[in-house]
Formats: sequence, structure tokens, C-alpha cells
Amino acid sequence: MSQLGTYLLPLGLAVSGYGLLAAAVGAKTGRSALVESARRCAFGTLAILAAANAVMLAALLTNDFALRYVAGNASRETPAFFKVLSLWAADDGSLLLWNLILAGYIAAVALRFRRDRPSTFPYALSVLFAVQVFYLILINGPARPFGTVANPPADGRGPAPLLQNHPLMAVHPPFLYLGFIGFTVPFAFGIAALLAGGHGPDEWVSLIRRWTLAVWCFLTVGLVLGALWSYSVLGWGGYWAWDPVENVALLPWLMSTAFLHSVMLQERRGLAKLWNITLVIGAFSLVTFGTFLTRANVLSSVHAFAQTSVGPAYLAFLALVLLTGFGLVAWRLPELRTPSSLDSAISREGAFVANNMLLLAAAAIILLGTTFPLVVQAVSNQQVTVGGPYFRSSVTPVFLLILLLGGTAPLLPWRATSRSRALRRLRVPAAAAALVMIAAAWAGVRQVGAVAGFGLAALLFVTSGQEILNGLAIRRRGVRGSTVRALVRGRRRHAGLVVHMGLALAAAGIIASSSLGQQAEVTLKTGQSTVFAGQVLRYQGLSTAQQPQRVVLTATVRVMDSAGRQAGTLDPRVNLYPAATEPIGSPSIRRGIVWDLYASVISLQNDGGSATFRFYHNPGVNWLWFGGLVMALGGVAAAWPARRRKHGDRPGAGATPEHATIGVGAR
Amino acid sequence: MRRQIARRRTLLLAGVGAAVAVVVLSLAPGLGGNPSVIASPLVGRAAPDFTLPQLDGPAVTLSKLRGQVVVINFWASWCAECQVEQAALNQVWQHFQDSGVVVIGVNFEDTSGGARGYVRTAGVTYPVVEDTGSRTALAYGLRGVPETFVVNRSGHIGGHVIGPVDVARLTRQISSMLQASA
Repeated sequence: MSQLGTYLLPLGLAVSGYGLLAAAVGAKTGRSALVESARRCAFGTLAILAAANAVMLAALLTNDFALRYVAGNASRETPAFFKVLSLWAADDGSLLLWNLILAGYIAAVALRFRRDRPSTFPYALSVLFAVQVFYLILINGPARPFGTVANPPADGRGPAPLLQNHPLMAVHPPFLYLGFIGFTVPFAFGIAALLAGGHGPDEWVSLIRRWTLAVWCFLTVGLVLGALWSYSVLGWGGYWAWDPVENVALLPWLMSTAFLHSVMLQERRGLAKLWNITLVIGAFSLVTFGTFLTRANVLSSVHAFAQTSVGPAYLAFLALVLLTGFGLVAWRLPELRTPSSLDSAISREGAFVANNMLLLAAAAIILLGTTFPLVVQAVSNQQVTVGGPYFRSSVTPVFLLILLLGGTAPLLPWRATSRSRALRRLRVPAAAAALVMIAAAWAGVRQVGAVAGFGLAALLFVTSGQEILNGLAIRRRGVRGSTVRALVRGRRRHAGLVVHMGLALAAAGIIASSSLGQQAEVTLKTGQSTVFAGQVLRYQGLSTAQQPQRVVLTATVRVMDSAGRQAGTLDPRVNLYPAATEPIGSPSIRRGIVWDLYASVISLQNDGGSATFRFYHNPGVNWLWFGGLVMALGGVAAAWPARRRKHGDRPGAGATPEHATIGVGAR
Repeated sequence: MRRQIARRRTLLLAGVGAAVAVVVLSLAPGLGGNPSVIASPLVGRAAPDFTLPQLDGPAVTLSKLRGQVVVINFWASWCAECQVEQAALNQVWQHFQDSGVVVIGVNFEDTSGGARGYVRTAGVTYPVVEDTGSRTALAYGLRGVPETFVVNRSGHIGGHVIGPVDVARLTRQISSMLQASA
């Protein structure tokens, strides 16, 4: 059965290789029959890769230890749920999934443009297939997911313990992959616009704005889930460690966020054409760079995959992406200068430029900190690490400025320099911000940065809410319809403002948890209590449970309020897995709207007669998860296809339905 | 005008090419390093002593082997990579067993049945001990299997390989240790 996999992968390579050739020749010669056959290859590749993934899944579920991948990542005792997750628990298997998702995106593009094809479509299809061919070469050569072992072992190793410790592993990597791989689509259309020349650079933005939004949503969810996983599994009380792999996932998010703002400059004013293409190429380059860093084993991280031989291939691909992408930008630069310029710095246009500068500054700071150790090692062969303090102290001011900008920019008019109206509309948000700052200071927050941060988050939240309400009121008068209708008519702007409200909530959560948290390390004997953050915590003792794949030691802690009333229990665990020398801890969290009480077991003494705990009091963490959810939902609302108008012309070739709503994108 | 555009293009393209070259050149050295030979903090220190029961035979105590070069290989029957290096270990054992070298296979997180079956099918002839409770693995700071430590004649760790060993490198290491103390 698993033999089938070894045939499917070269077949997939052949089909998408043909797709690449046919699309490229079709683009060059204009032969639409060739383009059509290339378009169909997208579905063929998808079917083949779906089959290959199914074969691997079946091998994992049926304990086919003749496959090296199965022997290394599953065992007889592994529960079926985690066996499925083993598909993306190591490099070779995750490349199978990566290929499948990419093929899914290409098939989606092929389906979307089955009839009305923009002039850039054949070029875009070639680029998409070129990327697919690269990833298919990887699993046909350097990485061999279907490689076998000579003497199949009686049992396999099982997945890495950290990966089988929490169900969030089921969703965090797939969402990140959907986000990362999705950037191939905007990249392909950006490159296609540059290759096609002519009006390519004008039409491509409207083609891919919604794709980019969808990809941005996936990446947002993936990042938030990753933070949630780190918080719920790793037991260190935090959710973001400035780990290199976390950083390289944040970089394309910052870049695409910049693009989603500056794209409005092009749609409304015809500005920043080349800039937008550069951002999209930059985002894809950063995804490729991140993949290289994570998978080529050049740096150590909690995420680093085990030794692989794919490093040089990734580096070559990165060089190709950078050369093609930025080479084409350089090639078109002399003829693609935007004619018009800003009328006034203090206008919506000016705010978008500032937004882009800030987001790119944040990305540059993070990129510098992440790659600095690599560069130092290359130059002087010394090992250095760049830790959280660098990132926190350098990125925080930029993020605070982003909050300030988000809290004021939606009030600014396009073009005009009149500021009185904007100032008038700023009154309520500014008052709210001032109130929150006074309240925070009164409640005992002493860090200036945190007080300012809370104020700016409030400014952003209230401005966004006020603008939604204002927009509704104006539109209801204008269209004489219900609130829902008015909401839908101004959907794109409203959705954007909802994302801003989510960002304000998330920012408040980040500021609260990073500046107001408390922690303590305590050793308790059975029956002994300690007071932490106004709660009495008593160690009740240790219990042991033998599960098929692990031994679980649970240290129960009773939580009581200061009056001695029982408020609940915490049961942090230590898990012993056969394939791990170190025990894997599982923290226990009592989640609350305002704060979480979080406990980890650090060590056990005298067979559990006493235990050392680390307790954390984490305010605001749940606002971060909720804010992330609101951001993603806002993004989905903005990306959702608009209903085609019942009357009037269908949008022509190359135009997407949201042409209909661009006019209400912003006033 | 045309010529001006062409000149600007060439300049810009050269700039992009140079920038990409800088990126690639600063990333490439990271690939050259073999992550399996990272410097272990244990190298140069005294090897943690152990007394472990053989699968079929008397217990083995590391300190009693002082004066010989000892290759300590952590392995498991469920480990596919261990099969890859098996031939190399057998070969090294056969070549050096009469020149003051001992190879010890330390069975890690395994069942006795699984370990015996593996020893039989893979033709392991050197002594294999069981590390019940993984205490020895913990003492050596094991990252996973296979992992191999080479202990010199004075009982200090002189070499450390994460992942499968290869004959050439292991032979070189053993030979230099034999010469150094000869």
C-alpha cells in the first residue's frame, strides 16, 4: 500500500511540471488551449497529492513501521488522534501536507478563473506551478517521506512528546501552513503583473486583495493558536518567546498587513503601484526565508525540525525568489513610476504611508534581531543569541505608534487638509483614552509605557467603534434601509474597523500580561499552603495514572480565596513518555475574564511528598485570544465575496465583484 | 531617454543581484555546519559512571573498563536511524575489539523482547545493556537515539555524535585516542 506513495510523488511532479511548461508557453504564445490544459493540471496535481497524503495517513494509522517516517513518528500506543497529527509532526510528512495545501490553492485559483481570465492569469499559473514543482522536487529527492527501513521494527518511536501533549497541535500548524502557503497566490499575480507589463500592474491588485485578506486571516489565526499552544502547553506562563521561528511567522503577517492598507492607495488614488507589488513579493520572500530558517536546520529553536538534507535546496529557492521578484521590480521600475503624489501629509493617504513605514520598521527590527546571530556566526564564527529584551525594548515603541495611528487615521479625510472635522471626531476617543489612563494610574499601574499603551488601545477601540456607528448612521440615511443593510453596504470599511477593535483588545491583553503579571516559585509539602496574588494555594498531594502511551503524575493544588472559601483546584501534571528522557510538564490554568491563575510543576521530591511549583498571575491573556478572534472574524467579513448585483453589468474579465464596493471602502 | 532607462535598469538589476548574493553568502555558512557534531558540554569531562545489566550476561561497569577506549551507543529497537548505523558499529567492534576498544550498546526506553529481537536480526555481537528508568541516559543528557559517546582511556568523553555514526569518523576518533595514550 505504502508502495503507492513512491509512485504518486513522481507522477505529481510530472503533472505539475507539464502544467508549468504549458502555462508558460501558453502565456508567451497566447495559445489558450495550452493554458486551459495547464489549468486542468491543477486539479490533477491536487488529486494526486491528496492520494499521497491519504496513503501516508493510512500507513500511520495501520502502524506500517516499514516506512521510516511511520517508525520515527508513531507507535502502537499512540492514540489515533495523535497519529493523524503525526502527518505534520516531522519534516518529511509536513512537506507532504505543504504540497497538498499548495495544490489546493492552485486548484482554487484554477476554479476561480475558469471563465473570466485576466490577461495575467497564464503568467500567474506558471509561477504557481513553478513553486509547486520546487516543493514536489523536495519530496521526490532530498526528503523522502515514503522511504523504507530494511528491517521494520516491531514498534515505532511515537511522535515527539511535545507534539502529543495538546490537541491544539491539530490546528496550529495547518492554519500556519494555510497562511504561509497562501502567499504564493498574491506573489504569483504580482510577478505575473510585472511579466505581463501593460495594464498588468493596474488590474492585479483588485484580483488578489481578497486572496491576501483570506491568507492574512489564516495567518492571524495560526499565530494566535501558536501563542495559545505555547501558553497552554509549554508551562512557562507566557505565549510569545521571540523564538526565531515565531518571529519569521510574524514577518509576513506584518508585511501583508502593510499591503492590505497601502492597497487602498492604489485603488482610490492610483498611487503606490510598484510599492504594492514589492510588498507582496516581500511577504512571499519572507515566507520562503522563514521556511529556510526553520527547515534547513540553520538555527536552534523549539520548532527546528530534525536534521534534514534539504537546506541547500531551500537556499537556492530563496535566492531564485529574491532574484526573480526584486529583479523584475528593478526591471519595471523606470516605467512604473506613479504619476501623482500626496496632496498633504496629514490626510488619509499620508496616514497609510505612515502605517506602512511603521509596520515595515517593526518587521525590519524583528528581522534584524532574528538574523543577527546567523550573520555573526557567518562572519566571526561566534555564537550569539538575541533575546526578548532586545525585541521588547525596540518593537514596543513602534507598536505603540501603530496603535496611535490606528486610533486617529480613520478620522482623517482623503486628500483634504481640513483638520477641524477630524479634531471634532477625535473628542470622544481622546476623552476615553484619557479616562482609561487615569483609571490605570489610579489602579496602581506605575509603568509609563503600560499606562500610555492602555490609553492608546482605548483610543483605537473607541475610534473604531465610533466610526462604525457614524458610518451606519450616515448610510442608513443614504440608502433608507435597515441597520443590517447599511452594515453590509459599508462592509469593507466596517470589517476593517472591526479588525482594529480586535487589535485594540489584543494589544490591551498583551500590555496587561507583559507589564502587570506576577510569578512565584514555591516548594510545598503535602498539605502545606502558600499565599499568592491574594489566593491561598494548598498542595493536596500527587496521584499517578498509567496511560497506554505515557505515565501521568498529577499534583493537585486547592485554590481558596483569602477568606478560606474553596474557589477551585489546579492540577498541573508531569508526563513521562517512553521516547523522552526529560519529563514533559502540562500546566494547569484557571482562566478568567480579567486574569488567569496558572501553575506548573517544576520538580517533585520524595515521591511527590513535596513539589516545587511555579505560579503565575496573568492578567489580560484572554483578551488577547478574544482580540485575535475578533481580528480574524473582521478579516473574514472583509474577504467574504460580495453578492453580485442583480441589475446591471456583470463585472468583466479581470474585475472582481468588490469593484462594486470599492466606492464605499472609505470616504 | 531609452538609453537612460536601459542604464538605470542595468544598475538596479546589478544592485538586486549584489543584495541577493550578500543574503545567500551570509546564510550559506549555516548549512556547512553539521548539527550532529555540536559541541557537547560533556566533551572533555569524566564520563558519568554506570553499572547496567546486560541483556544476556553479567552487569557492565564503565569504571572497570578504564584503560580501554569505550564506545557507548544509545539505541532502541523502535529507532529506524539505529538500523542505519548498525553495520558501522558492528564493523568498528570487529576491527577494534582486540586492540583495547569496547563497544557497549545501551538499550534506551525499550522492551526486553524488542531489544532481544533486534539484537538477533541485526547481528549485534558487542555487549548490550539495559538502561531501565533511563538514569544513564539522563546522566549523559541524551537528546534522542541514536546517540554515541566515545570515552578515552582515562575515562573522559572525547567524542559525541548525535544521529547515526559513520565508520570513517568513528575509526579516526578511536585511532587517535589509542595513539594519544599509547
